[in-house]
Amino acid sequence: MTGIEIDLDIYPDEASLLEALKRGEPEACACLVKQYAPRVYAIAIRMLNDPDDAEEVLQETFISACKNIHKFEGRSALGTWLHRIATNAALMHLRKRKHREVSLDEPIEMAGGEDIYREVEDGSLAPDDHAMNSEVRDMLEKAIAQLPETLRAVFILREIEGYSTEETANILGISVSATKVRLHRARLRLRELLAPYLA
Amino acid sequence: MIMSAQSQHTHTNSCHEVLAHLNDYIDGELAPELCEALEAHLEVCEDCRVVFDTLNKTLYLVHQLRNTSPQLPETVEYRLFAVLNLEQFVPKKPE
Repeated sequence: MTGIEIDLDIYPDEASLLEALKRGEPEACACLVKQYAPRVYAIAIRMLNDPDDAEEVLQETFISACKNIHKFEGRSALGTWLHRIATNAALMHLRKRKHREVSLDEPIEMAGGEDIYREVEDGSLAPDDHAMNSEVRDMLEKAIAQLPETLRAVFILREIEGYSTEETANILGISVSATKVRLHRARLRLRELLAPYLA
Repeated sequence: MIMSAQSQHTHTNSCHEVLAHLNDYIDGELAPELCEALEAHLEVCEDCRVVFDTLNKTLYLVHQLRNTSPQLPETVEYRLFAVLNLEQFVPKKPE
């Protein structure tokens, strides 16, 4: 683990960390952040595809968690609870963003009245190039970012974060059957987006 | 009911049924008798087989992302500690 060094062994298990958090110990808050911030950030950046927005979600998540820790009843793991806060915060950001986004197909109007069209990078790959190099990773991340937000949230939690269908449903506050339907749609949509590269 | 392999294949409801069951099949949650029927259908339907193969490849690639999570930049971590009033844990920069 890089960055700020925190002794994570001060609290031997989640229960003792939780008790210390509820007592307001700053060491406990530092442990919580050190332990969970990387995964929260990873979820946020995959959901939002923007480092600044992801940082905002990261900060909002831990501010909210520290403020509301007394409400946490321990019915789920601490990490699951944090991921729920982060996912909801990311979805809120996406909804706000919708109001200020422009379509890639819309021309940019120049000062002289001339319209120019955005150049979109062609990410074509050689058909056999399926190794997880940075090019493939970028192509995948871009395709995931194109999924509609509700499908993207389910897909990231289930397929990348490795949560079960039940855990994903719990994090998002939706039913298991709705989670399955969204996962099904997300998988097929992503397959469509990647099909040209997988043929 | 998914059409059996013996029946003449046409793009009928059976393809839609295969697509509808594909998720459960991939997740190992499809009933054994439906698995057999689905596999039989994939044997005779190239279109569905292409969907199945590319879906598997897609998920294989996506699962590789589990090992390559975006890293939390040090500066982002520092700012997070600062915003939570945890500066006491942030190492001082050398004068």
